[in-house]
Amino acid sequence: MLNVEGLRSRYGRIEVLHGIDLAVNSGEIVTVVGANGAGKTTLLRCLSGVQPVTGGSITFRGESFTAVPAYRRVGHGLAQSPEGRQIFTNLTVEENLRLGAFLYADDRVEKDMQTAFAMFPILKEKRNLAAGGLSGGQQQMLAITRALMGRPSCLLLDEPSMGLAPIIVAQIFEVVKSMRDLDVTVLLVEQNAYGALKIADRGYVLETGRVTMQGSAAELIADPRIREAYLGI
Amino acid sequence: MVTKRVTLLILAILVIASPFFFPSSFYYRIGSLIFVNGLAVTGLVILIGYAGQISLGHAGFAGIGGYSCALLPAHLGLHPGIAAIVGAILSGAIAWLVGRPILRLKGHYLAIATLGFGILVSMVLANEAWLTKGPDGIEVPDLGLKDVLELVGLDLSNSQFWYWFSGIAFVIGAWVALNLYDSPSGRALRALHGSEIAARTVGIDVARLKLQAFVISAVYASLAGSLLALQNKFITPDVAGFMHSIEWVTMAVLGGAGSVLGAFFGAAILTTLPQVLTVFQEYEQILLGLVMMLCMIFMRDGLLPSVLRLIRGKDK
Repeated sequence: MLNVEGLRSRYGRIEVLHGIDLAVNSGEIVTVVGANGAGKTTLLRCLSGVQPVTGGSITFRGESFTAVPAYRRVGHGLAQSPEGRQIFTNLTVEENLRLGAFLYADDRVEKDMQTAFAMFPILKEKRNLAAGGLSGGQQQMLAITRALMGRPSCLLLDEPSMGLAPIIVAQIFEVVKSMRDLDVTVLLVEQNAYGALKIADRGYVLETGRVTMQGSAAELIADPRIREAYLGI
Repeated sequence: MVTKRVTLLILAILVIASPFFFPSSFYYRIGSLIFVNGLAVTGLVILIGYAGQISLGHAGFAGIGGYSCALLPAHLGLHPGIAAIVGAILSGAIAWLVGRPILRLKGHYLAIATLGFGILVSMVLANEAWLTKGPDGIEVPDLGLKDVLELVGLDLSNSQFWYWFSGIAFVIGAWVALNLYDSPSGRALRALHGSEIAARTVGIDVARLKLQAFVISAVYASLAGSLLALQNKFITPDVAGFMHSIEWVTMAVLGGAGSVLGAFFGAAILTTLPQVLTVFQEYEQILLGLVMMLCMIFMRDGLLPSVLRLIRGKDK
């Protein structure tokens, strides 16, 4: 579904991605784990189109995506829940969700909104409040459901567990797992390698802008190098 | 947030009921100036309040609208009312052309670029004397609508006519802006105000939307300039001047750039003060600067939202 070949990107004169190869197949949950500064977020920014690509290619459902502007990618089915959540704090929860469905004006918008509320009932309770007043966990829930409102076939998640209490992290990972039932393919970027690998099918390990390991999630979890470096076991 | 219907109702009541409290016909003149400023400031609410883009050159569009009403009837024989509409279209087109490169800039750069544009327009109006008659200004023909109303038995004084005409124009402008607020485009504008990156990731074409807001607000400013020219029957390049742009931005900021009702109160206060308290007239520019500074320090949301919050107590 999503193919990345030799992807390079730079901030000014410093290259941070030195040729990434990565593939996500339809129906999979794939995770990219790695330490701070490994380039995980930059990778996602390239995929969603808000970061310029300096080399390599991105293909999504057989179409070249490398030069497609960010705002067009959603319409093709590639939605992102960006790093640091980036919700619209001055708008209400409901307005945030409606913006997720910015490209659509049909009956399905209401239906999707009900699905989102069923996923995270707290959002329904707070639907008319300013999103800036939500707690960190609730903002993350909003960011994920807002991305889902865009009817993605592939969802990009950037560190959904960042800065959240363990019980909320568990709840969010549970929802990410349930994307299988919604026929949404997931690319999950995470620092919390253990949690991410546990729900993923396959994983990539990113180190200073390069993929250093890849394999099935079970293999990676069992790998002694991973256990030492990322899982702290 | 005061709802759309309540806002419209308040504005309509203010327009209709205010004349009952006017001690003299001079106040019709002030009222109509408030509405003209209110119209331009409502345009700025769309640009600054909704979309979060600062323009320091909107008086330039008022200059285009105003001089259209003077020049098009004189040279092309157009009716002044039609000239105002042509001026608005022209302003919109110029905003579109100028805005395309300018709106790629952010924050201060955008403010400086629009500042340059406004100064450019006022300099052209002042220097191309063969066309605009230069800094002394130029006469503007009568709109002629008042005479038509007289024929059907509505006998209004000049200042009364312009009070009602500007009042209606302002309420219509407010209605359009309020509808925009809740529309998908308005929501998207407010979203990009918060985070442009997130706006792009949900599929909003940020550059195009900002351009639309810029064009709409330019049309508002242009119509305000036309109204001013038509009711004064005279216009000078000052209408496009830098101080005029600043005046409008200050009104928007004072009232609360995010709300149409706030825009009206900002316009009302800063239009009335220099007129009523003649002491202030000489110090108008100092007053504007002071108001702007105090707003930024003590009530960054503007007067209306701050007062509303006080009334409602501490819960937000």
